[in-house]
Amino acid sequence: MAKKLPKVDVVVVGVGWGGGIIASELTKQGLTVVGLERGKERKTEDYFMVHDELRYALRYELMQDLSKETITFRSKPSVRALPMRSYGSFLLGTGLGGSGVHWNGQTFRFLPYDFEIRSKTIERYGEKKFPDGMTIQDWGITYDELEPYFDRFEQMAGISGEENPLGGKRSKPYPTPPMKMPPALKMFAEATKKMNLHPYMMPSANLSEAYTNPDGVSRAACQYCGFCERFGCEYGAKADPVVTVIPVAKKTGKFEIRTHSHVRRILHDGKKATGVMYTDVTTGEDIEQPADIVVLTSYVFNNTRLLLMSNLGRPYDPNTGKGVIGKNYAYQVIRGGAIGFYEDREFNVFAGAGALGMTIDDYNGDNFDHSDLNFIHGANISISQTGQRPIGNNKVPAGVPGWGKEFKAASIKYYTRTLSVGAQGACMPFRHHFLDLDPTYKDVFGDPLMRITFDFEEQDRQLAAYCADRCGEIIKEMGAADKIEVNRKLGPYDITPYQSTHNTGGVIMGSSPDTSAVNNYLQMWDAENVFVVGASAFPHNSGYNPTGTMGALSYRAAEGILKYSKSGGGLLV
Amino acid sequence: MLEQHEKQDQPVSRRNFLKNSGLVLGGLVVGGVAGSLLRTQQGPQQPGAATAPAADFNQALMYFTGEQFRVIEAACERIFPEDELGPGAKALGAAYFIDHQLAGEWGFNARDYMQGPFYPGEATQGYQGRLKRREIFDIGIQEMNNYSNSLEGKKFYELTPEQQDTVLKAFETDEVKLTTISASAFFAMLRATTLEGVYSDPLYGGNKNMDGWRMKSFPGNQMAYTQIIEQEGLAKMEPLSLRDHQHG
Ligand SMILES: Cc1cc2nc3c(=O)[nH]c(=O)nc-3n(C[C@H](O)[C@H](O)[C@H](O)COP(=O)(O)OP(=O)(O)OC[C@H]3O[C@@H](n4cnc5c(N)ncnc54)[C@H](O)[C@@H]3O)c2cc1C
Ligand code: SF4
Repeated sequence: MAKKLPKVDVVVVGVGWGGGIIASELTKQGLTVVGLERGKERKTEDYFMVHDELRYALRYELMQDLSKETITFRSKPSVRALPMRSYGSFLLGTGLGGSGVHWNGQTFRFLPYDFEIRSKTIERYGEKKFPDGMTIQDWGITYDELEPYFDRFEQMAGISGEENPLGGKRSKPYPTPPMKMPPALKMFAEATKKMNLHPYMMPSANLSEAYTNPDGVSRAACQYCGFCERFGCEYGAKADPVVTVIPVAKKTGKFEIRTHSHVRRILHDGKKATGVMYTDVTTGEDIEQPADIVVLTSYVFNNTRLLLMSNLGRPYDPNTGKGVIGKNYAYQVIRGGAIGFYEDREFNVFAGAGALGMTIDDYNGDNFDHSDLNFIHGANISISQTGQRPIGNNKVPAGVPGWGKEFKAASIKYYTRTLSVGAQGACMPFRHHFLDLDPTYKDVFGDPLMRITFDFEEQDRQLAAYCADRCGEIIKEMGAADKIEVNRKLGPYDITPYQSTHNTGGVIMGSSPDTSAVNNYLQMWDAENVFVVGASAFPHNSGYNPTGTMGALSYRAAEGILKYSKSGGGLLV
Repeated sequence: MLEQHEKQDQPVSRRNFLKNSGLVLGGLVVGGVAGSLLRTQQGPQQPGAATAPAADFNQALMYFTGEQFRVIEAACERIFPEDELGPGAKALGAAYFIDHQLAGEWGFNARDYMQGPFYPGEATQGYQGRLKRREIFDIGIQEMNNYSNSLEGKKFYELTPEQQDTVLKAFETDEVKLTTISASAFFAMLRATTLEGVYSDPLYGGNKNMDGWRMKSFPGNQMAYTQIIEQEGLAKMEPLSLRDHQHG
């Protein structure tokens, strides 16, 4: 029998960006919140020895221990799903702050087109534009409705940037000015301007200057240290839940964080949740935490997995298209791009910051005409200088062998002489891309792993090739006349090379319980006191990193939870 | 025992050393360990001898046998050879780095999902074997020697550099057919760990004296680049290590 604890107002499952934002917003309004986090405590002082490429970037110091829990993957149902035994395609966050500790901080707003993608695509191209099986839908909220929440996330995090000339309307400028501009970014800006495109500095959660946010949290400016993506920031300059929302929640005295607490079931009576069951991983004890409201903020995979394991909500059935939990899993089409090798220019590539970049949206969303193209949506195209470390960066021109004398000379020479322009492509959902429980493989507690069924489609291949060509044009204009390589070929989805931790879907939002699991407050249609927060709510993934939009939805969900708690029940929409 | 005492003041021959140290097993000489020990034996150091450079206590084996170490050290050096640009993997200590990595959690795949059932998968599903990295190295090294032997009747490290390259290429391209492990996957791991040994912080035993970083103009562990981030052209800096950070 599990030990039963006294009831609290709200229990939050997982304390990353989602959990941190929910906790800070609710505790500020007087609710008591318990945050259950499977990993350990984290603080800025942990990063004294952080400039260690091997430990953090290649041995995944800050990521989830896969021996305890991973996912399984297959390209289609006829293939046997097998576990992701070591890291590759994406990395799973753990510990206080989750992936918000070791993210880059590239903080975009999805485009107005994204939120009404189905209606707007039909309006411009007709319904026949959708290939068979593409299950896109409107999000049940518009950009304009979400705009104030984007702003709140950006003010809290102190995003440094300038207005996107092709983005949605903004109520306020970014709270801090754009970051410093290294020569490579200048070259990209000049080239794209010459091509009549619309460059702007990438919105960044690495602070361009010291900043105090509306909650009164002060942070220092970024030092361009070059150990950002996959590392924690020793300056607190990178917006991270641990240096922003979590201390705000703690200060209220109403937020109790329990680390080493792995949530395994949502407890419910079929209509409403009554709390959660978790295992204290330090003692092995099972503990029941009753609560009036349960908020899942445990990332895409565990948000979906916990619902399925707890028999809450209607599981998605890819054969009938009925049910919603596990539906519309999507990812990011990120392999197309172009590389330029410069014979007589060198760049300080080792310096940089996770979100230091220059970018264009001319080929993103529906900002360009798709009438004669065999795909919808597009990609954000950018150059970034995130800090290239020596083990991970040994690019040589095609034709040079991968080892030996010639390799050594070329990899050393081109280390400081290579620039690349990349496309971050949108990824549309398909009926046969989904998440469910693996029938064979188990986590360390004996619970089933999440199973991913996913592959790239013709839509993705067309998009990747088109955007790769655009990247090639830009790098050519940037003067990389010597050697240019354009990677147009997407290939099948492969779990082994790192692409991005931009997994989406599984518990998607929408305007009807028939096609979505949560409403536009991320409240479950089938269990009104359960809110499921994260990129799990995205019905498709845009040509951008997800966290700006995921953060906005978290603020929206927090408002919904407060409303729900005040009104004493019922669906908010 | 008696015999040992009697021979104590004679010069240490290879044969005697092996016998005395118990490394002769029924007439079978265990080559690597003793061989490398002999090669590196130096005269006793005078306490306080000012001219002797500080010994690198890190350069001892935690996992490999001496024989395995010689194969790996030779292979690393072909992957990243010494040339006019600077030291190769051997001088940078990459083989010690690999040895130390295999001795620890990485060698045991401690943070990988290693539960069964095991099935061969598609290439896009990643590694699905039950062998741990240290076991893959054990097999791969043995097979490198076997293949070298089949070609030239010698151990890998006894081959000429050109012959060694032929062997490595045969592994890289799966021309060597192995049953227990994939030759190309083993080669890819060897190549990747060699580069790690060349370029990781010296605290792990490779990148000796930060010379790997120096060759590549990588400044190591600097606290800030705010001053140079907008600068045109390469900013040359002496590298700093994590040791500098801790003791600086
Ligand atoms: C290397 C890297 C770079 C990235 N760069 C960017 C970027 O530049 N821009 C961008 O927009 N996004 C980026 N991302 C993605 C971004 O980090 C995530 O979108 C974001 O952090 C997700 O926040 P979350 O709160 O939903 O999930 P997470 O941060 O994953 O937090 C979930 C938390 O829940 C905990 N948890 C999970 N299951 C359980 C359970 N059963 N019980 C208890 N606790 C549990 C986890 O331990 C974790 O702490 C990056 C990600 C990575 C890994
Ligand atoms: S690059 Fe800037 S934000 Fe990133 S870790 Fe370094 S100092 Fe922090």
